[in-house]
Amino acid sequence: MDTLARALVDAFGLLLALDPELVEVVARTLQVTIGALFVALVVGIPIGAAIGLTRDLPGRAILIPVIYTGMGLPPVVVGLFTYLLLSNQGPLGGLGWLFTPTGMVVAQTIIALPLVVGLTMTAVQSIDPDLPVQMRALGATRMQIAMTTLLESRAGVTAAVVAAYGAIISEVGAVMLVGGNIEGETRVLTTAIVLETRKGNFALALALGIILLGIAFLTNFAFHRLQVRQGGP
Amino acid sequence: MTDVYTLEGIEHRYGDRTVVDVPRLSIEPGEILGVVGPSGAGKSTLLRLLNFLEHPTKGRLMYRGEEIGPDAPLALRRDVTTVFQRPMLLRRSVAANVRFGQKMRGESDESRVQRCIERLGLAELADEPARTLSVGEAQRAALARALVVRPSVLLLDEPTGNLDPYNTGLLEEIVGEENAERGTTVVLVTHDVFQARRLADRTALMISGRIVELAETEEFYENPKAPTTAAFLRGELVL
Repeated sequence: MDTLARALVDAFGLLLALDPELVEVVARTLQVTIGALFVALVVGIPIGAAIGLTRDLPGRAILIPVIYTGMGLPPVVVGLFTYLLLSNQGPLGGLGWLFTPTGMVVAQTIIALPLVVGLTMTAVQSIDPDLPVQMRALGATRMQIAMTTLLESRAGVTAAVVAAYGAIISEVGAVMLVGGNIEGETRVLTTAIVLETRKGNFALALALGIILLGIAFLTNFAFHRLQVRQGGP
Repeated sequence: MTDVYTLEGIEHRYGDRTVVDVPRLSIEPGEILGVVGPSGAGKSTLLRLLNFLEHPTKGRLMYRGEEIGPDAPLALRRDVTTVFQRPMLLRRSVAANVRFGQKMRGESDESRVQRCIERLGLAELADEPARTLSVGEAQRAALARALVVRPSVLLLDEPTGNLDPYNTGLLEEIVGEENAERGTTVVLVTHDVFQARRLADRTALMISGRIVELAETEEFYENPKAPTTAAFLRGELVL
């Protein structure tokens, strides 16, 4: 209890002091999270919408279980895979992305992408199948139908964004392997927590954890406000 | 004048089942064609073919003399629209729903949107979310949404199947006006033989995908040629 109380005091102390090291770690965390979330959404939403709308897609019976499996990928395995991909001997070694925030974004995107695809697909599929027919009857093109269907399923698509965001910001195994937890370069909140715990700095580790939770809560609160404004849950 | 639609040797199948089998049918410009028949007769599928939502398995479908392939040109598709039995409104305001067709066409004629909303008695509900409407109001919004794009052909698939007499009467009145004032061609699919009699210039009876009889409405009801038509009009079960 004593440790917890001290952690809370330390957390506020670090926040109020705007400790440069902490600010740097928080900034890096946000940079990697926003980068990976952006790529996962830009790539994943159109793919999820296309699969959800194309009910007679060949190979659907295999594709959907593959996506569902991807939604539960062990992050540390993704980290290992990305590590091997980006290492000097790997096929993408020439890019020099290992132990860089870009490499971390790659790993996080691989983790988040199936979540975005799977949840967007489910959201789009939950729309009444007669609705696209009605839109077509009103003169909509295929692209207009896809965009309108996405707007109609916006509550579900927001859930995909929330799930992907949560998976990325809370992830530790993959970023640890691919980023290497290098101070001032690839250290993010989760890897910093692991490091401080190992060093026995439980109070600081807990303080970092509280900050991480605070950021996650504030962002999810904003997402929820957005959902409510859109007439969602 | 060229017929709006000419169907020649049209067959449409779902798997092994033939749902529409119409050797010949012409729909004239400006007419109201009523299509009556029991459930599962292929009436709705016929409308889907006429709205180019599906392409017939066999035969030639011509729209104003132009043969329509599997992908109907967008301009022709936008000449025709359907109001289905279920209103299928979007999760947005009534006015935004009515505006939808214009938006898809990159048009913006707000005064026409407002006129259609007022004509269907929805002025006070224009800014309300469509999901709060009653069934009758929602179907009126669906008709407003169809009329706002000024279609040459209005296809109606059991449009009043779920409505009370007041809403049914209002919809029939507006469809009649639209036909009289703008010369809109209307194909009305309905279970309600009285509705077809009230609105249609010609009426067809469709059973098991085939048109059993097609005649001027007066003739169809007063003097049916086919025994099946007479039986259907008497309310007997026909298959």
